[in-house]
Amino acid sequence: MSEAPSDEKWAQMMRAAIGGDEAVYRRLLEEIGRSVRAMARGAFSRARVGDADVEDVVQETLLAIHLKRQTWDGGRSLAPWVGAIARHKIIDAMRRRGARRVEPIEDFENVLAAPAGEDPHARSDAERLMKQLAPRQRDIVRSISLDGESISATATRLSMSEGAVRVALHRALKSLAASWREAVQ
Amino acid sequence: MKTAELIEALAADPKPHGPGLRQTCLIAMALGAAASAALFLVLVGPRADFAQAVHTLRFDLKFVDALALLLPSVLLGLHILRPDARVGALALMFAAPLALLGGAVLVELSVIPSAQWGELMLGDNAMHCLRVIPLLSIPPLLALIYAMRGGAPQNPTLAGALAGAASAGIAATLYASNCPDDSPLFVASWYPLATLIVVAAGALLGRRLLRW
Repeated sequence: MSEAPSDEKWAQMMRAAIGGDEAVYRRLLEEIGRSVRAMARGAFSRARVGDADVEDVVQETLLAIHLKRQTWDGGRSLAPWVGAIARHKIIDAMRRRGARRVEPIEDFENVLAAPAGEDPHARSDAERLMKQLAPRQRDIVRSISLDGESISATATRLSMSEGAVRVALHRALKSLAASWREAVQ
Repeated sequence: MKTAELIEALAADPKPHGPGLRQTCLIAMALGAAASAALFLVLVGPRADFAQAVHTLRFDLKFVDALALLLPSVLLGLHILRPDARVGALALMFAAPLALLGGAVLVELSVIPSAQWGELMLGDNAMHCLRVIPLLSIPPLLALIYAMRGGAPQNPTLAGALAGAASAGIAATLYASNCPDDSPLFVASWYPLATLIVVAAGALLGRRLLRW
């Protein structure tokens, strides 16, 4: 099977990321994003609910992976864990779209081989949800995500400690995930 | 927001914050149990003949029953905080407290004349049991639910229910040293009922608070 080596690679990348390697973490999230996108498109088209929410699912999954990475058992492979999170988010999104019944979602392992790129026009709800953040938190998220500023540069600009920026970013991402969840209900 | 932009924000902070999830949950549970023990000592305290009671089998069995509930609840509760966890055969751990209780009831029925069964089952303070166990469960339940919010359970209701069962196990362990009724007929009637109240409360809390 071609999945096995790729998955072992993911587990190694995640271990490096948890150890603090930003570049590896970015690459891992990009790879995971492409696989989750393929999985979500497949699931949505089989359930005939249209794929307007695909990018939301991808982003919610990436956010959950980030916030819940301590629930991954570092001794195991990463793909089943990622697949479980993605499935959870896809089912949420389908319920949101009023799918009468949720079709079984194909195994994540099957889409690892067929990753999908981001639709350049897709915009997620995150933009709208960001408006609910406190101004300082929004500033920090924006400068890091849109302007590509590093945590240390952001810290200098706002005369904060790096630790404080890290905590503020973490809190901002947590409340982003929370308001996404509220939007689902 | 584009996905690439979100990834930038996530990648800036690769290291997880704070101690691991399991550790956080166990610390929360220990703090909740300590608060519950303090509440127990202030409100009711151990019964007057505690020192003699310890030497009787029926009294000691109440603690074994409570711990037999606590242990599987904690193990399974922590396990299912992982999104890819399967409950499967682990649920069989709950056969232990049930078999223990059922076995004790059968032995009790065989050694006690049937005329006394009703009296032993009703005991002296069933209502007290139904009030005190849920009350003592509150601190560990709230602490556990709070700590478990770091998890990603497929079934948040089940995770909350298991937090309830663990908390009831802690509360029952404490309450057993106060409760004057030691007959398995009493224990098997009222302790599970008190536990179910806490499990239901945990399930409701979990459904609302452990979604992710």
